[in-house]
Amino acid sequence: MTQQPDVLIIGAGPSGLAAAVALRRSGVERVLVVDRESQAGGVPRHCNHTGFGLRDVRRVLTGPDYARRNVQLAEAAGVEILTNTMVTEWRGATGVRTTRPSGVLDIQAAAIVLATGCRERPRSARLVPGARPAGIFTTGALQQWVYLQRHPVGKRAVIVGAEHVSFSAVMTLKHAGLDVIAMLTDLPRHQSFLAYKLIGADRWRVPLLTNTRMSAILGKQRVEGVEIADVNTGAKRILDCDTVVFTGDWIPDHELARSGNLTMDSPSRSPQVDSLLRTSVPGVFAAGNLLHAADTADLAALSGRYVAESVVNYLQTQIWRDTDLIPITFDSAVRWVSPHVIQPDNEALPNHHLSLRVAVPLEKSTIEIWQGKQRLWARRYRRLTPNLPVYLPDTFLKEMRTAEAIRIIIRPSI
Amino acid sequence: MIYDVAIIGGGVVGSAIARELAQYELQVVLLEAQNDIGKSTSKANTAILHTGFDAKPGYLEQRLLRRGYELLRDYGAAAGIPIEPLGALLIAWDGAQYESLPKLRDTAHENGVTDVEIVSTEEVYRREPYLGQGVLGGLLVPGESIICPFTTPLAFATQAVANGVHLSVNSPVQAVQMDEDGLHSLILPNKTIRARYVINAAGLYSDTINRLFGHDEFTVTARRGELIVFDKLSRPLVNHILLPVPTKITKGVLISPTVFGNVMLGPTAEDLDDKTATGTTAQGMAALMQQGKRILPELLAEEVTATYAGLRAATEHGDYQIHVHPEQRYICVGGIRSTGLSASMGIAEYIVTQLGEVGLKLILRADFKAIRMPNIGEAFPRPYQSETMITRDSSYGQVICFCERVTLGEVRDAFHSRIPACDSDGLRRRTRAQLGRCQGFYCSAAVMALLSEETGQSIEKLTGVQA
Repeated sequence: MTQQPDVLIIGAGPSGLAAAVALRRSGVERVLVVDRESQAGGVPRHCNHTGFGLRDVRRVLTGPDYARRNVQLAEAAGVEILTNTMVTEWRGATGVRTTRPSGVLDIQAAAIVLATGCRERPRSARLVPGARPAGIFTTGALQQWVYLQRHPVGKRAVIVGAEHVSFSAVMTLKHAGLDVIAMLTDLPRHQSFLAYKLIGADRWRVPLLTNTRMSAILGKQRVEGVEIADVNTGAKRILDCDTVVFTGDWIPDHELARSGNLTMDSPSRSPQVDSLLRTSVPGVFAAGNLLHAADTADLAALSGRYVAESVVNYLQTQIWRDTDLIPITFDSAVRWVSPHVIQPDNEALPNHHLSLRVAVPLEKSTIEIWQGKQRLWARRYRRLTPNLPVYLPDTFLKEMRTAEAIRIIIRPSI
Repeated sequence: MIYDVAIIGGGVVGSAIARELAQYELQVVLLEAQNDIGKSTSKANTAILHTGFDAKPGYLEQRLLRRGYELLRDYGAAAGIPIEPLGALLIAWDGAQYESLPKLRDTAHENGVTDVEIVSTEEVYRREPYLGQGVLGGLLVPGESIICPFTTPLAFATQAVANGVHLSVNSPVQAVQMDEDGLHSLILPNKTIRARYVINAAGLYSDTINRLFGHDEFTVTARRGELIVFDKLSRPLVNHILLPVPTKITKGVLISPTVFGNVMLGPTAEDLDDKTATGTTAQGMAALMQQGKRILPELLAEEVTATYAGLRAATEHGDYQIHVHPEQRYICVGGIRSTGLSASMGIAEYIVTQLGEVGLKLILRADFKAIRMPNIGEAFPRPYQSETMITRDSSYGQVICFCERVTLGEVRDAFHSRIPACDSDGLRRRTRAQLGRCQGFYCSAAVMALLSEETGQSIEKLTGVQA
């Protein structure tokens, strides 16, 4: 069987659903969203705490409420959503094959938006040595255990990571009745907002062990403890626990993008997109945390709205991105930026910023954007922290005079 | 109940022997100390079906490996065990390795693996364009194959059980005695098994069991091998099984595709006193990464899906420790090292012949049933791709483990098979559920709910949460 929507969106999370609603409101006739999960809504479905929707709906909702609202809006806008529908392969540039309980379904669209999101690196991908007992989670798995399935988790937990999501993991563990023994990060400080740390950890007196890494997991059947090491001195000690949660350390869910032979941006591991979120394959767009893992859900949704405009423009004009795009280069202090290349005549970026992550902690530094010999933009920062998003306003685009590469450098502030 | 034969050990070797014996009019029991088949050494190896090209000529291991290779290749095709005949390339990176290639080829030819040939540097790079710089030449072994290490022992045991063999899990043998009537009594925690003949296929513990029978021909040392499994996206980087050229100084590591579509790097080799030390180490993984970087530099840019360690049952002897004690009607099948998977059917055939020679009556059954295992290999059609299966039962269209594309139907089947999955690990080995890149980020909560529902065990019990 084959379906032929105007636009196929892969992923019914915040960005996919926002793109779908915006496309319908722009008059696109058939907008189909597929998701492999049995419920649409994406990751916020199991983030059972508040803080969602600030920048897109302009009020604050819990994750599940936010997910429900997005689904209802999409349905009301006439978006067709197919859940339990897993894309298994590409069929041509803008077509895919899916598996669903009713059979194998091919979908051929005029345009495709990849909105497949991101996931946390699990223990194995972080090469944490030791035994492989039960009791090891990522935040995503933990939240599904606690909020969707109501499974018991354990008694005493250690959290690896100190990003936004790490504090979300503390809240989930406390909700499930666990003691949180410690939170570790190999960096000198946490990588979130002070408010999150206060709400998420300090009120339960969860100690934050900085400059500390997990050097081994102990236990045969069940986690019996972890060995932790000071990253500077190498000094080791054992923490007694039965649960370990690996948080953050995001990776885009880019498998579909790669299997479609889209050009990839190697630092971010995302499909390479231009300022209009167009990939290297005509008709294929990308949006949301597939491109910036992981920004908050509201920014993912805004990215979805932004890509919709770009899709509409493509459906009307059939114009794709230039081959001579302006690359963005950066020094080793920068881990990645998103989007990755700039269409010369564009004067805006998604959410009006370039999303950036630093590779190393920096104090009193200046980020500068250069093109050739011209400095387009600069700003001083008291502190730059890995994993914490840095948003560079897109006003520098208006300063561009040539088609030379953009260079981003970070130097100590004078 | 008096059994004709009791087999101690439900690994790949014990299961193969059980299957072989199931062809005859015999009462056979297969005793496994753990709660499932193939849960110890058999599950954590390099998953290669070896031709035996490099085995030591004249050794029993060489003979059984050669025979086992042919038997398992044919059996695998009939029983639905994923096998891909990719061929192996031994890569010479230095002068010593390069100079040992002719001898390796000659040994292979002596072992009857006559299609082995030396190939030029250009040919090596033509076949493996992503190899690192500095290849001096290679040896091509066309018959080497990759095989599913999980399905193989399960297929043997499933066919054995389908043909009347009793499988008794959670049955560690604690003591043995020879009764006055000449029968063996095997003392288990909750029961005693009586049998005329006993086969010891207890793997890492085969020396312990052997001593219970009063013999001390060998001691098993656990040789730990750590392995790193890379994301499926790395699969296009490798076409063959890339084997190291063994020299006196180093053994080297291999890089091989797996039947699940991943790429594996390993193993390390480290002798240990602890037969339960299946943990990975920082040193081991760092060493693998360093060697992997030289062999296939681009591999290291890919994500790691899993790391694990397996223990091989090594002994102080070079060859298998198969000892027949006719007066005791006892056969020890020990020291099967790292070649057990490939040789398993050859060993089983040999052991049953030995049993016949020491007096066991072997009468072929007329109704020996064949089996077909559910396919979990990437190279063969899987339920999520099959319109026919999904139309018949929609649960084959409901993907629950996204990374490995495992459907609800397959998970259900694993709980209702002849040897059902009883825990999360057993489910992984039967279906691949949770084996993938996300390691349960997306599916573990739902999979555990199914596991609890189907096995009737609480989540606390399944995950070992202390009350």
